Amino acid sequence: MKLLIGSLQLGLLYGVLALGIYISFRILSIPDLTTEGSFAFGLSVSAAITAAGHPVLAILAAMAAGALAGSVTGLLQTRFRIHPILSGIITMSGLYSINLAVLSGSPNLSLVRAATLFKLIPFLSKNDAMTVIPIVMALLFLVLIILFFHTHIGMCIRAVGDNEDMVRASSINVNACKVLSFSVSNALVALSGALIAQYQGYADVSSSTGILVVGLASVIIGEAVFGRRSVTLGFISAVVGSLVYRYIIALATRYSPLPAYMLKLVSAVIVALALAIPALRQNMKEARQKQGGKAHA
Amino acid sequence: MLDIQNAVKVFEKGTPIEHTALNHVSLHMAPGEFLTIIGSNGAGKSTLFNAICGSFLLNEGRIALDGQDITFLKEHKRALHIGRVFQDPMKGTAPHMTIEENLSLAYSRATAKPLSFAPSRKQAALFRDKIAEFGMNLEDRMKTKVGMLSGGQRQAVTLLMCTIVPPKLLLLDEHTAALDPATADKVMEITKRTVEQHHLTTLMITHNMASALAIGSRTIMMDAGQILFDFSGEERARTTVDDLLRLYSDSRHKVLDNDRMLLQKNG
Repeated sequence: MKLLIGSLQLGLLYGVLALGIYISFRILSIPDLTTEGSFAFGLSVSAAITAAGHPVLAILAAMAAGALAGSVTGLLQTRFRIHPILSGIITMSGLYSINLAVLSGSPNLSLVRAATLFKLIPFLSKNDAMTVIPIVMALLFLVLIILFFHTHIGMCIRAVGDNEDMVRASSINVNACKVLSFSVSNALVALSGALIAQYQGYADVSSSTGILVVGLASVIIGEAVFGRRSVTLGFISAVVGSLVYRYIIALATRYSPLPAYMLKLVSAVIVALALAIPALRQNMKEARQKQGGKAHA
Repeated sequence: MLDIQNAVKVFEKGTPIEHTALNHVSLHMAPGEFLTIIGSNGAGKSTLFNAICGSFLLNEGRIALDGQDITFLKEHKRALHIGRVFQDPMKGTAPHMTIEENLSLAYSRATAKPLSFAPSRKQAALFRDKIAEFGMNLEDRMKTKVGMLSGGQRQAVTLLMCTIVPPKLLLLDEHTAALDPATADKVMEITKRTVEQHHLTTLMITHNMASALAIGSRTIMMDAGQILFDFSGEERARTTVDDLLRLYSDSRHKVLDNDRMLLQKNG
């Protein structure tokens, strides 16, 4: 039971991360390495401000911080024409220092004594809040982001990922669209980090290492369940994918002989396999054709 | 409407592969004029279009559209008044978005409210009516992703996207060249109708010399970044495809080297 509930909570909180990654990875078709830094940025900003006694402000500030990080990457890519992957790496590297600075030079911060969001909800015990808040937050942002991508500006962003030339030909500023979408994407990633910090009751800047692969795994697992049809379904599938991912992890740690530190390797293998499937299928088809050719010769 | 003065574009300037793509080109077009452009490979036809659209800045010269100097205007800002259809049907549309969404994006040139839902119901009805006029049976497929359409259908959608808010200038860059003959005729017919309907000032690059002379009101031939001939009115009406070929070889002392164009010579 505890395993079921715990995975639900984590799945939903990391579901917000998956929403952000869906934007960069699927809508813009650019795997955004800023994620690795902006998750920890959200985490540390949230922890620092919560420790100072403002848990709600902490969440908002973390989102703003994520948006800022995303727009830096966006500007590097557009205005300064740096390769998309490299732009993400640059921002991510810079954030290592910034995150430590936010936590006053220490790599972690405990919130055991601080009043987190989870202790503040009236009529709810901390245990209940730890289930209710993830459900509310994940649903709220799922709905908001789906609505956003059906507005005019959201549609422009989708078109930028699809055919940049056509967007430019429609007299829309492609660069502004890109910067905006990286901001939105990283704001969500940072929000996820901010919630995780308060949920766990501590912040550890190193916990964001490999977080991109966790998000990608969620998006890909979600697509395996729902297929790739529309943006609406895409966002829903990202959150569902995150839930499924958490249950897989929970089962794996419980029933497999693998130690917990192998999780990121498992995630990496899942992502690599899922992305390799189209090529593997193609190879198999070609191999079969070759065989067929021989049989007829 | 369009006024190009002394346009010069040199690529790779100062290197051994320096190449003058536009060599002091001047072109003036009256409102509503439909001009066709022919020329051999590398004559500077597409470069001229790119210069007008702002894909790069000119080394020399000026471009004005409807009295406004656009020489240094950003590409996406010029696009507000310029519609362009490419030869490649993939280029003008977003394949993973529906016909409706593609049109809505193009329509936003007229009505840009960033946070309104798109397309609105009213817009959707307008798009449906407009595309029904084309007679390509697309009106019942408004929610189909454009990637599922044939090349000809995609060009029709692109053409509507370019003209749904009538632009000051329409650029057609061999937009029927990648289509099969029957579809090409159909798309050309839609093009002519649309241009007439909105009295659009239009430039069309074509490799088909016969249709270059038959369509529109004026024809220019380009070579080596220059305008060789400029025909309109009576003179154009008298000109035949053979005349064009002879004029070209007389003035350049070489044979026209556009293979596709030669194949079309008698077509």
